Amino acid sequence: MSLPGTKPGDDVDIINIIEIACHKVSGGNAQGDALVTLEPISFLGTVDPGTGKVIDPKHELYGRCVAGKVLIFPGGKGSTVGSYVIYQLKKRGVAPVAMVNLKSEPIVAVGAIISGIPLVDRVPSSLLDVEVGTRVVVDADKGILKAYLKAPSADRDLRSEKTF
Amino acid sequence: MYLSQEEESIYQGERGETLRRMMEILVALGDIYGAEELIPVRSVQVAGVSYKNIGDAGLEWISDLQGRAVVPSILNPTGMDLCRWQEMSIDEKFASKQREIVEAYCRLGITIDCTCTPYELYSNIAGPGDHLAWSESSAVSFANSVLGAKTNREGGPSALAAALIGKTPAFGYHLDDNRVPTHRVTLNFDLKGSDYGALGFVVGRMVGDGIPLFHLKSYPSKDDLKALGAAMAASGSVAIYYVDGVTPAPPTYEVNGKAAEKIGLGREEIDQVYQDHPLEDAEMVAMGCPHCSGQELQRIARLLSGRTVKKELWVCTARKTAQAFPDLVDAIERSGAKVICDTCMVVSPATDVRAKVAVSSGKALAYLPGLCRVKVGFGTEEECIDVATRD
Repeated sequence: MSLPGTKPGDDVDIINIIEIACHKVSGGNAQGDALVTLEPISFLGTVDPGTGKVIDPKHELYGRCVAGKVLIFPGGKGSTVGSYVIYQLKKRGVAPVAMVNLKSEPIVAVGAIISGIPLVDRVPSSLLDVEVGTRVVVDADKGILKAYLKAPSADRDLRSEKTF
Repeated sequence: MYLSQEEESIYQGERGETLRRMMEILVALGDIYGAEELIPVRSVQVAGVSYKNIGDAGLEWISDLQGRAVVPSILNPTGMDLCRWQEMSIDEKFASKQREIVEAYCRLGITIDCTCTPYELYSNIAGPGDHLAWSESSAVSFANSVLGAKTNREGGPSALAAALIGKTPAFGYHLDDNRVPTHRVTLNFDLKGSDYGALGFVVGRMVGDGIPLFHLKSYPSKDDLKALGAAMAASGSVAIYYVDGVTPAPPTYEVNGKAAEKIGLGREEIDQVYQDHPLEDAEMVAMGCPHCSGQELQRIARLLSGRTVKKELWVCTARKTAQAFPDLVDAIERSGAKVICDTCMVVSPATDVRAKVAVSSGKALAYLPGLCRVKVGFGTEEECIDVATRD
């Protein structure tokens, strides 16, 4: 099997591909490495619009960067200005390539749409268990999400690791 | 959600990228809230105007859009008086960003009246049964409750989407099932002027996003209803209320046999609002939240007659209202007070630098401490004018 976006041979340890039906909120398709959190995100105040880094020390993703990731989180919260923050991330080139929610709410939904970032929701909550770094392909237009699961290994569990 | 052929073609991008995204916003919100269809709106009121609130992020988005409003669409207040911002101690950078935002909305065909009381300026934008897409919480409350129109409280992008598409998803307050009273509030004493704002301040905190039905002893004016609804939308998130015998009646009084919860209030609970927020040490007085009507300008002009203000006194209103009553504006400004247009004490950064502001508005009382980080004193219009004219 071939894993999109990787060189041949990189994907030898993929043990399972899961394909999930989901609901399109914002159209398009994209793929990237998963960045996963169990906590809702208030983009205003939590994510730096200039760099894409999570700057709220109280957030599970503190220190991580959303740029280029498939950001998987339960949903949005907080100020409606968060929609515009997502737009700024996109314009600065530091936005997630796609987002996945259990249930989208208006702030993230509107932010994704005005920014042209694919967003899907209505996925099973078990998706929040996929490891950070798992390759995920989101086809919002078709309502399909694929996750390329690898064998669990300690060095790939990046959730607790910080980058600054 | 069901889309007509025309709506589907916009959704698929056949009418360009801006409209495709606007339709996506409407469809996404409709899906989230379980709407079955889109319905045409008679008018739109667009929020997300003050640079203080939307910042560079919002400015960038609005500036990038291409399109034209297809229904009458009016802008919410901005962060400054667009003509006299220098007198408000607004800095040059803020002013230039704020102007860019207003100009960007203007290019999209939004009328730049910049008011939270669009119903004062135009009689043909909202009537009984009309569906609207309005944003500002006090205007939403007035439209639903006093005018008998139907609107949710729209965010900036969803209001703009409604302006460019001319439709909104049918959910929430567009449906009669969601316009049924949840609380009955009975008062056996008379209310006057700022008491209505105090009442709204109290009831909003009690009912949250509920729908109160008031049984009042006194008969509120249009301005009193405006103050009551504005305060409830700020201290709670009340978007519709009823006053028995005064406003249009509810579609029905109970749903599925669930009767409204009863609340009785005494005079002492209204007086407590004044006592909890004394006027002492206020260094500024701000009136016109929501924007003053002509009648309110007249009352303030009368109270200021022959007096000179010793502290800064702002009287906030819509520019068109000020232009309609030039004599009243002159009379107010003769005292040294300023009639400020396009903005208000809540959305302007000019308020943030004060330590304490005196107000007669329940809405300003609820918002100023959190949004502007200032202390607030609450009093009647007469008391506020006294504070302004005292040394």
